[in-house]
Amino acid sequence: MTQADKRELEILACKARIGTIIGTFNAKSGHPGGSLSAADMFTYLYFKEMNVNAADPDWADRDRFVLSKGHCCPSLYAILALKGYFSWDELSVLRHVGAMLQGHPDMKGTPGIDMSSGSLGQGVSAACGMALAAKLDKKNYRVYTVLGDGECEEGEVWEAAMFAGHKGLDNLTVIVDCNGLQIDGTTAEVGGVEPLDAKFESFGFDTAIINGHDFDEIEAALAQAKASDKPFAIIMKTVKGKGVSFMENQVGWHGKAPNADEYKIAMAELEAQLKELEA
Amino acid sequence: MAEIITKATRESFGEALCEQAAVNPDIVVLDADLAAATKTSIFAKAYPDRFFNCGIAEGNMIGVAAGLAAAGKLPVAASFAMFATGRAFEQIRNSVAYPGLNVKIAGSHAGISTGEDGATHQCLEDIGIMRTIPGMVVLNPADHWEMKAATKAALEYEGPVYIRLGRLAVDSFNDPETYKFEWGKGITLEEGDDITVIATGLCVLESLKAVRELKAEGKSVRLINIHTIKPIDREIIIKAARETGRIITVEEHNVIGGLADAVCEVTSAECPVPVRRIGVYDEFGYSGPAKELLDIFGLTAPGIKKVIEEELNE
Repeated sequence: MTQADKRELEILACKARIGTIIGTFNAKSGHPGGSLSAADMFTYLYFKEMNVNAADPDWADRDRFVLSKGHCCPSLYAILALKGYFSWDELSVLRHVGAMLQGHPDMKGTPGIDMSSGSLGQGVSAACGMALAAKLDKKNYRVYTVLGDGECEEGEVWEAAMFAGHKGLDNLTVIVDCNGLQIDGTTAEVGGVEPLDAKFESFGFDTAIINGHDFDEIEAALAQAKASDKPFAIIMKTVKGKGVSFMENQVGWHGKAPNADEYKIAMAELEAQLKELEA
Repeated sequence: MAEIITKATRESFGEALCEQAAVNPDIVVLDADLAAATKTSIFAKAYPDRFFNCGIAEGNMIGVAAGLAAAGKLPVAASFAMFATGRAFEQIRNSVAYPGLNVKIAGSHAGISTGEDGATHQCLEDIGIMRTIPGMVVLNPADHWEMKAATKAALEYEGPVYIRLGRLAVDSFNDPETYKFEWGKGITLEEGDDITVIATGLCVLESLKAVRELKAEGKSVRLINIHTIKPIDREIIIKAARETGRIITVEEHNVIGGLADAVCEVTSAECPVPVRRIGVYDEFGYSGPAKELLDIFGLTAPGIKKVIEEELNE
């Protein structure tokens, strides 16, 4: 990846973070913390990795993406808007009555959303179904899903992992956003999900542990996933609330919207970052 | 009179899957380690490349089915009614029904006729659970011919469907030459003016026996078979309420949530009449041979006949 490519991704990711703040502020609700931690991965997937066409969202041969941690949709919505699936203005009415952008992803109402999700653990199963469909139809598309580390406390994640390993779904990439925090505290305190790499490996996955904010590492891990003849799990270490100083690593910012003062500070920080990137 | 075929509806379902798979290459079948019991084993043998055993993990199975449907396949996911609709309720609600995906869910070993396995496996709530989900179709076919036709119709319909399969072998009473399955339409099996019996699933044949005995005794009893519990045939129920003034429902299910409630929802709004409910009265079952249990719970012809007589004497 060239420096220019990387700069372009950083700019897009910063815009996705701005979109997250705009969306959750106007909704007076939502989940900024996990949206910000996964923003870099969403950016890379949609702008570098996945074979998709915003002008034809239902294209049969497209790569699929399932946001299993559906509550982190604000930054995904921002990325989809930047990619051209719908207008950026939709973010300012996120979660409003009659809005296209629901509190959790709605495949029927939102172009670019491949699976409705939000009930934790279920997206991984749906992603397995899509990967199996590709095999049955002898198609080359790949399926990606992002889930939270706290989400891995759901038993269904491991039912799905067993299924993917047993059925040899080498076209499936599971990405775990390990920001270390969930609603009631740290993942270590609440549920004890670690070690995630060893768990996925025992279910028949190849794995990589990366810094989820480093585009070079993201690129290398996704290339490794494609080369693997097994399903692949990327365990990405991230910072919850990444990019907004007062939200970073704060458990309280899981599911809380910024108030007017916090909105101003967050936007000023992100706009300064954007200005510097664009300079 | 058509030949009587004695067969569990789960087996008719397995056969129907094979017949439909021959004409629709998108059909794939999933099971959760109960293929031998749900009879998806018949499909698995005929179409091994289109059958996926998901292991004992019903929640994941339904999620996988949702993903398959989202990618254009036509998945059928089968398990015991208890686990298909109970354990995987939320996957059905959120991953299948909310996005309106084209997934068919089959629940076998429904009702008290599951028999010896006892309360944990005798699902008496599946119809109620599935009926509360927006957009979910609920089918409960009564015999071999109806199950085959219903399975075909379910696979031709675009959207989520729950279909209830029985464990116990039952005699067919429909004539394949004249039988017609109409989506959401009840079937009047016997005409009558003094009372209407509305039955579903294996209780239809038992009700038919009871009603025919009463007819022979000079009573005028109407009998309606409801194979589609949701969307229910409102017209046939309203007509029966208006013309006969009294209704009895018969089902192998809790009287809460199932056919009884579905019928009362129509009558209470459109034509309030007394509705006597035959079913399981909000309790768990227990172990025993299926036929004995059906007798004990009043779900065979003698018990049904007795209730009709009581109501006629009201």
